[in-house]
Amino acid sequence: MPTLVMTVNGATTQLEVAASDLLADVLRDRLGLTGTKIGCNEGECGACTVLVDDQAVLSCLYPALKAQGQQVETVEGLAANGKLHVLQHAFMEAGAVQCGFCTPGMLMSAKALLDENPQPSEPEIKEAISGNLCRCTGYYQIIRAIRMASEEGTP
Amino acid sequence: MWRDYLLPGSVEEALDLLSAYDGRARLIAGGTDVVPQLQEGSRQVEALVDVTRIPGLAAIAGGESAISLGAAVTYRQAIHSPVLQANAAVLVEAGRSVGSPQIRNVATLVGNVVNAMPAADAAIALFALGAELEIASPAGRRWVPIETLYIGPGQSRVDPTREMVSCVRFPALGENQGSAFVRLSRRKALALPVLNVAVVVALAGHAFAWGRIAIGPVAPQPFRAHGAEEAMRGMPADADSIRKVVEIAAGEAQPRSSLLRASREYRQQALRVLLHRALEAALVRAQCRTSVEE
Repeated sequence: MPTLVMTVNGATTQLEVAASDLLADVLRDRLGLTGTKIGCNEGECGACTVLVDDQAVLSCLYPALKAQGQQVETVEGLAANGKLHVLQHAFMEAGAVQCGFCTPGMLMSAKALLDENPQPSEPEIKEAISGNLCRCTGYYQIIRAIRMASEEGTP
Repeated sequence: MWRDYLLPGSVEEALDLLSAYDGRARLIAGGTDVVPQLQEGSRQVEALVDVTRIPGLAAIAGGESAISLGAAVTYRQAIHSPVLQANAAVLVEAGRSVGSPQIRNVATLVGNVVNAMPAADAAIALFALGAELEIASPAGRRWVPIETLYIGPGQSRVDPTREMVSCVRFPALGENQGSAFVRLSRRKALALPVLNVAVVVALAGHAFAWGRIAIGPVAPQPFRAHGAEEAMRGMPADADSIRKVVEIAAGEAQPRSSLLRASREYRQQALRVLLHRALEAALVRAQCRTSVEE
């Protein structure tokens, strides 16, 4: 079996994978990082969004070996030293979490946005989460949370 | 599912790998089309050969006369490229409407073309730009016009188990030229187009010198309205001419009823509106690029 070496949430990770494993399955089933959700499993819903080399990707469509040598960030990597990320705080404050299933993907899309553009406009926020579906339809609160986080500044 | 996943370091190495698997391996770039196809079993392969790590293949090279995009250039790169924004607005506008940010971060324009879907937004824009593709095979490299690539929906003449499209190139828009892309879909994001139209026009003084009009999905492959293009040569560049060109192009295109998209009657009406908007926008842009001396 091929060896996959990648950095996951800052830590170098090496494991044997099947060539046909997808990144979402490796993260969830092999590394226990079940924060990343699989919703539609066909690239429509965005629940499986993680960052690879700072860009939001759909881990359910992403061959694990494509991440060879890359930096992968999941929702588990957002909090640092026991402190929640400013986005996670803002999602709580704004009531942006309802059932919670879309939340990890929303957070990762929002992180990719704020890392690149710390002061996004509302259309830019909507654009950034246009590939993430929330079946509770809590978009208003999610957009507000991302705006609140951008006003506070990312730590 | 595939048993090997390979990351070659050059086009030649990728072709060698394809040869070694003798038809049982296929190329993958972003994988946003190929992975779902493999998962649902509509395609089967033994190995995937990923071209995205090949040095130089993710480059957008722009000269005064021609622009070229390597096979690993993603939609995200294309949308943010100052060269394309300045000299190929139609491609930037088409690229913006593809998928979602997560899809655009990994999906490639060339992959989309090779997949040969008649509605692919970037392919429609590349038709209007008069693009050519470089095909690399064990026999060498050759350039072919994009029109010759298509056999039918989802089928291109490029066999991704034996050869690869390494690059796409097209003339950069010059002075007196303008382009535009418009699209109708059921939602604003993550929706297939009901119709899409890409237009490039060139002016000579106050008349149309030439134009290219590409429409999807109204045929098994992206459609060029050759009759309308022929008719617009030399027409005065005004609203009356645009109305005439729209009627000819809409008459040629003949959209069909589709459960996924809309009825034939609706699409015929909507197509006129889209053609009108695209031609008007392209004309205004061409006029803005007209030099002051003229």
